[in-house]
This record gives sequence, structure tokens and C-alpha cells, in this order.
Amino acid sequence: MVVSSFSKDDIFEMLSEIPDPEIPVVSIQEMGMLRDVVMTDEGCEVIITPTYSGCPAMGLIAQDIKMTLEMKGVPSVSVKLVDSPAWATDWMTDAAKKKLKDYGIAPPLHSSCNKGNFSDNVILCPLCNSDNTSIVTRFGATACKALYRCEDCNEPFEYFKCH
Amino acid sequence: MTEKEALFSYCLRLGDDALIHSYRLSEWCRNAPMLEEDLALTNFALDLTGRARALLTYAGEIEGKGRTEDDLAYRREERHYFNNLICELPKGDFATTIVRLLFTATQEHLFYSELTHSQDGTLAAIAAKTVKEAQYHMVHASDWVRRLGLGTEESHERLERAIDELCPYTGEMFETDKVVAVLQDKNIAVDNAAIRSNWKTYIEDILREVGVMVPGSQHMQTGGRKGIHTEYMGHILTEMQYLQRTYPDATW
Repeated sequence: MVVSSFSKDDIFEMLSEIPDPEIPVVSIQEMGMLRDVVMTDEGCEVIITPTYSGCPAMGLIAQDIKMTLEMKGVPSVSVKLVDSPAWATDWMTDAAKKKLKDYGIAPPLHSSCNKGNFSDNVILCPLCNSDNTSIVTRFGATACKALYRCEDCNEPFEYFKCH
Repeated sequence: MTEKEALFSYCLRLGDDALIHSYRLSEWCRNAPMLEEDLALTNFALDLTGRARALLTYAGEIEGKGRTEDDLAYRREERHYFNNLICELPKGDFATTIVRLLFTATQEHLFYSELTHSQDGTLAAIAAKTVKEAQYHMVHASDWVRRLGLGTEESHERLERAIDELCPYTGEMFETDKVVAVLQDKNIAVDNAAIRSNWKTYIEDILREVGVMVPGSQHMQTGGRKGIHTEYMGHILTEMQYLQRTYPDATW
């Protein structure tokens, strides 16, 4: 039996640098995808949760986790995907939302905005903060984003849909 | 029927609905009337494939015979798929695709809202994710029904035709049987019949808005939940399973 010389905090620290493959300015931890680390006799098990059902990045994230930890010498890493409780954009940290905005992506509103007719929601332009924006299409380059346009600064921008 | 057997069937049914409808939606990839819609329909297909993966993986775990999502998606015979027939009908014209999406997404939005209260934690979690996605699909389909219904004479006619064609396939979504009853006793499954009136109200309201006659009660097609399919299912599987049948256990 190999006793791991790493603590749970060490592992979290190492994982904190793994970026979201589709939005590299935020980490998987800031996105709320990294749920837990369970230390085992042989190494550790990292528990992650998918964002959107069909998010194609989950496989890549699992691979990144294994590679990162193995390169730091953590033996026997396994990654487990759990669905419960379901991820929501409210799990994103405020720091992550700020990073998204600085990157040019309007961060998600609180998920309660799903309750009504979401076309009524006002999305602020991440570039000039204007509320005079309009939706171009509900679908963007990834499943989690919609495309908007600012009517004041005329810039198109992406909105991270609340989920 | 044990609870475990019922739960396995239940997950297969829901997983197969998503898998087969996703297949039909993805047929629009590069064929949609505009790029925006191409992106929308393939996004929906992706949501459904993601849902199918979660449900089929879970079905495999419940069964406990080591079958993976891929084994279940690609290695079953036609009679062992349990999707509702509406999912497998040909993609048809754009109106057909939109009406099918309206019918199924509205039902799914109601169904998965209820399933979030399931005593089964995994199903409740899958439902929590799905309900938001189904709402997105429903709103999108509703917008298109308005555009087609209030558009040109041709679009209005096509919408009516699609509704007439697909209505007989909507009864299945609200059927109940032994599988559902066993799980309902344990507060795991949703009462399918109970969501029917809300579904009907939503559909009737939107069709009335665009001046389309709501079909009255009629004979409903059935069979999907028993594995009895339309002639179209075999063609789907021929293409979908081609690789796994030609090169069994292929990996790369």
C-alpha cells in the first residue's frame, strides 16, 4: 500500500490551475465543476460535475485533471462524474463572473431568470456596460452561450446563458 | 417486476427518447434553412445526446452487467429500444421538425419538472439539468410555430399538415404501465397522465394564437414503450449501428 504524501488541500491547489477548455480565463474550480477530492489509499479520486448535459468538454477536463496530477507525482488518479446535485450557473464564483466579463463574455444572470420569459431579461454589454442590448441568436459557439449585440457601442458579444 | 427491473426500463425509455430524437435533429446539420437554425437544431441534438448519455450510463449501472452507454446505444436489437414513436418518424420538412420539437419539448418540460422531485437522486439530478434545456427547446419551437403559423400561406399549410401528421403520436407520451406504476409507488416515477392537461392547454393556446385548428380526440399510435416500432426505426439503426456492427469493439 502506497500512502499518498499529498493532502486534499494540495490536490485542490494543483487542480485550481486547470482552465475551462472552452473559456480559458476561468478555471474549472471557479466554474463550479470541481466538486470534491477524495483521498484513497492509492491516490485520489477527483469528483467533477458536468455543466450542460451535452458539454463535449467533460472528457477533455477529466484528461487534464489526470495529466496535471500525474505530472505533479500524484499516483493513481481517477475522475468520477456525478450529476447530483445538478450544476447551475449560480455555482460560478463572483471572481469567475468578473473574469468572464473582462474577457468580453456577459456573465450569467441569477438562475431565477429562467422562471419567466427569458427574452425579457436585460443583459449588460460587457464592454461599455450599456443596457441597450439586443439578442442576435439564442445559440452561440458553445452550448452555454448566446449571441448579443450592444446598440450603443455596436459591438457583438457573447452571453453565458444562465442554467 | 422488481423495482430494479422497472428502473432499468424507465431509464432506457427516457434515454432512448433522447437518443433517437437527437439522431433526427442532427440530420439538419448543414441542411437547415439558415445557419442560425442549423446551430440551434444541432445544439438541441447535443443537449439530447448528453441527456441520453447520462440516462443510458445510469441504466447500465442499475442493470449491473457491465454494459456501458455505448453498449446500450449501439448494441441492441430494434425490439429492445423503447423510445416513443414520435422520436423516430422521419425528419420531414422544417415544419414537421418544429412541431415534433414543440410536442416533445413541452411534454419534457412538464415531465422533467416533476421528475426533479423523484426519490431517485440520480434521476432527480438529471431532471434538474434537463428541465432547463427542455424549456429552451420549447420556447424556441413556440417562436417558430408563431412564425410559420402567421407567415405565408405555404408555411401555415405546412404547419397544419405537420400537426395533423404528428398528433396521433402524442398519446404515447402520457401512457402509463407496470413499469411506471412500480416506480410511482416508490415516488420515483412521474404520473404521466397527470401532466397531460397542462400539455394540452399549452399546445392549444399556441395553436389558437396562430389560427390552426386543434385536432379533436382521435386514435393514438402506440408501441414504442414495448419495443414495437414504425418501419423507420430499422433504417435509423442500420446507420447508427453500422460502425459497431462492422468493426465490433472498435476503439481509437
